[in-house]
This record gives sequence, C-alpha cells and structure tokens, in this order.
Amino acid sequence: MAEVTGTGRVKRGMAEMLKGGVIMDVVNAEQAKIAEDAGAVAVMALERVPADIRAQGGVARMSDPDMIEKIQAAVSIPVMAKARIGHFVEAQVLQSLGVDYIDESEVLTPADYKNHIDKWNFTVPFVCGATNLGEALRRINEGAAMIRSKGEAGTGDVSNAMQHMREINGEIRRLSSLREDELYVAAKELQAPYELVKEVAEKGKLPVVLFTAGGIATPADAALMMSMGADGVFIGSGIFKSGNPAQRAAACVRATTFWDDPKVVADASRGLGEAMVGINVADLPAPHRLADRGW
Amino acid sequence: MKVGVLALQGDVREHISALIACGVHPTTIRRTAELDHIDALVIPGGESTTIAQLAEIFGLFAPIKQRIAAGMPVYGSCAGMILLANEITEAKDDQKTFGGLDITVKRNAFGRQVDSFESDISFDDGSTDLIRAVFIRAPWVERVGKGVRVLARVDDHAVAVRSTHLLATSFHPELTADHRIHRYFIDEVAKPALQKVQ
Repeated sequence: MAEVTGTGRVKRGMAEMLKGGVIMDVVNAEQAKIAEDAGAVAVMALERVPADIRAQGGVARMSDPDMIEKIQAAVSIPVMAKARIGHFVEAQVLQSLGVDYIDESEVLTPADYKNHIDKWNFTVPFVCGATNLGEALRRINEGAAMIRSKGEAGTGDVSNAMQHMREINGEIRRLSSLREDELYVAAKELQAPYELVKEVAEKGKLPVVLFTAGGIATPADAALMMSMGADGVFIGSGIFKSGNPAQRAAACVRATTFWDDPKVVADASRGLGEAMVGINVADLPAPHRLADRGW
Repeated sequence: MKVGVLALQGDVREHISALIACGVHPTTIRRTAELDHIDALVIPGGESTTIAQLAEIFGLFAPIKQRIAAGMPVYGSCAGMILLANEITEAKDDQKTFGGLDITVKRNAFGRQVDSFESDISFDDGSTDLIRAVFIRAPWVERVGKGVRVLARVDDHAVAVRSTHLLATSFHPELTADHRIHRYFIDEVAKPALQKVQ
C-alpha cells in the first residue's frame, strides 16, 4: 500500500476544502487566534499586512520562521505563508517549516522579474495571483494548485479585484463559446498551453479553485466577490487595520457563506465601526501598484 | 430519499456531483427550515471549526444534533467525520461537534498539508477491490465505542467507521471519480436505517 504525497489531487484538493471560506492575513499569534475564533478557514502568516508594506515601503520578504511557527502553534486551522515571486529558496524554507500552502505573492517584492517558482518541485501546494486567464493558466502550468484573482492589496479599494474577476471569468466564458479548431489561436493569444486552454473551454471553469484577493474590506465586498464567481475570499489588511477586527472578521465569514442573501449581509454589516482607511487605486502611481507584478 | 449536503463551507460541489452520479438529487442545506425536507445528510470536507461555528450562528447546530440523535442517516468526510464524533482531540478550545458516533477522532492526525497523501486501501463493503483514498490534513479514529464498526484502516489507524445510521471517512471519496463510498452510504447505511425508522 504505497502512500504518495504531493500529488496534484492532494494539492488541489486542499484548496477545495477551503471553498466558501475566508483566509485572513495575520502578523502574530494573537491575530491568528482572533481569525480562527471568527471562523477563518485558514490564516496567511506575514510580517506586515499589505497596507503597512505600502506605507513603509522598502523590500518586503518572507516572514521570520519563528513568527510562522508561533502562529502554527497557536491555531489548528491551516497556516499559509508568502514567498517572493521567483524566490524558490524562500519557498523551500517555508516548506521545511510545514506551512500548509505557499502564496507566491506580488505583495512581496519580486526576487525574479522573469521567472516564477517551478512549483512542481514542491510537496507543498502553491497559490498564485492572476489578473487575467492567460496569467492564471501560466501559473497553473508552473504547478500552482490554486489561483486567486489579484486586487490592489492594502488599499481597501475593491475595484481591481472586481475588474480581474470579471476579466478571468469573461475570458473563460469566451473560450467556452469557441469552436474546437479556434482554441489553438486562443491559446496563442492567451499565451497559455493549449492543453490547459482546451480543458478550460470544455469545463467552463479553471482546473483549480479560484479565490479572490486585494482590497476587500467589508462583508458586502466579500459577498460581491462571491457573487462574481469566486470560490472564497482572502482578506488582508481589511480586518486588522479596522476598528474592531474580531467582529469584522466574523461578519465577513457570515457574508461569504450567505453572499446571496442581502438580509444576512445587512446584518453582518451592522455596527462594525471603522473600516480600514482606503486608498483609491486610481490615486496610486503605477510603480506602486502591486497587481502589475507577475506576468 | 431526499439527501441534503450541508453547504456552509467546504467541498459541497464535489459531494453533490458524487450523489448525482449515484442517482439521488441532493439539495444544499444552509437554513434550519431546509432541514425539514431531507431524510439524510452529507457533511462535506472543509474546516471543521468554521462549519461548526457557522452552524451555531445560523441556528443549524441544535436541529442537526437532534435529527442525528433521532436517527437521521448522515455521512461525513474528513471535517464531516470530526463533526460526527462524540469526542475529539487536538481540537480548538471549546470546539463543538454534532456527535452521534461513539468515537474519539484526532484532528490533523496524519500531519500537515506536506504529509497529505493518497493511497489504495481496502474498504469493508464486501468487495475486495481497493479504493483510491485521498487524505488531506486528515484525522483518524483513535477510539471506537460500542456499536461502531471499522470499515477501513491505514497503518492500524481506523479511517472509515459506521454505526447503524452514521458513516464517516477520514478521506475524501468525493475528490475521485469512484463513487463507491457514496453508493455504500445510500444503499447500505441510509436506506436500511430509514426503513427501520418507518
């Protein structure tokens, strides 16, 4: 009876178990406990939330292993962590720490402006960001087992997440409408492998779970993204940069489950106090836009 | 027979597909009133802490617990197994379960995600064919009480168990195209249990 680890099914299956849930950014064990108590399906351990990375500038890197281990010890839910784009050694370190998922993330400063990590070489699964279908399929081709649409992290402005979700799902719908002999050119245009393009055209969905991320700050934002077809939601700065993190976190979890019931979303939205201070994406100069990182 | 899938969080869609392949037309369950229309329930894989909390918040926890106690057939995979256990270890503080199965389940017993695996195992439903089992941060059963039968093991750890009306697996048959476990639940657990109640 051979037990095989790190198979595609095990990696992608892990993401299936997170569906309908909220994954929350946390920077220490206390925040991780608050997230778990609020019903998060997983936490993302990182040193600074995107809003602070944005405010403080500098190079953003993988978190301190001590901090990740403290978070792992504090909660029973899955713990994810971020590696820089292309930084396969950071990814090896995170795998050796036993993190449950690695986010090869544009929120950190890229280590390689040409290549992403070859994710097939790892036992631990990866989630990667994408602004469009071609980008999503290139990441899947490199071994990503889960995709999240990119938003503009650390802004509290949901417009980019919305745009990218529409983009990805719009392109999937378009593929489904093509004749089979048109898929070759579609693959060329998407700059994605033909086999993956064909699979998406047939199934009408990505072969992996699609979450959304970036700029989600309220229960209604979470419900909006679910109604756009997201399988679940990442919330970064939106929770712990707000006035009442515990309550806001629980409210976002409720709104994610009942995204299609405005009464529940309304109840979840009551009396949450201050949301995070927002930045309009349009006010950000192009070099400071994180979603443009990755290719 | 009307089967519901608890749809608060987790891989609901996969269970629905598996049940449809077995010829039943499942409905999703998120509200208390929806429970009244089903004869049997499937609790999907997912995060057991999240599912339990959402069940509590939306008023499903007590009704499901009561239905289970009254004999409603239920199948739970992974998180679903945890939620059916009377007792759990490695739990989050104050983590609650619906209970009903007299077993002690150890959460994340096989380890973290890097230890998640798949394997061919035998399943005691009368067939000698092996079944492809996918274990993801999977629990195992540490103690089996009276009236609970072990149907599958991995390295001496019980990974599938049943009582008269409840079935639980550590692994995720819904992630494979082999629907033997779902069929077993419908034909060998739910149908006989419901006949007995009538």
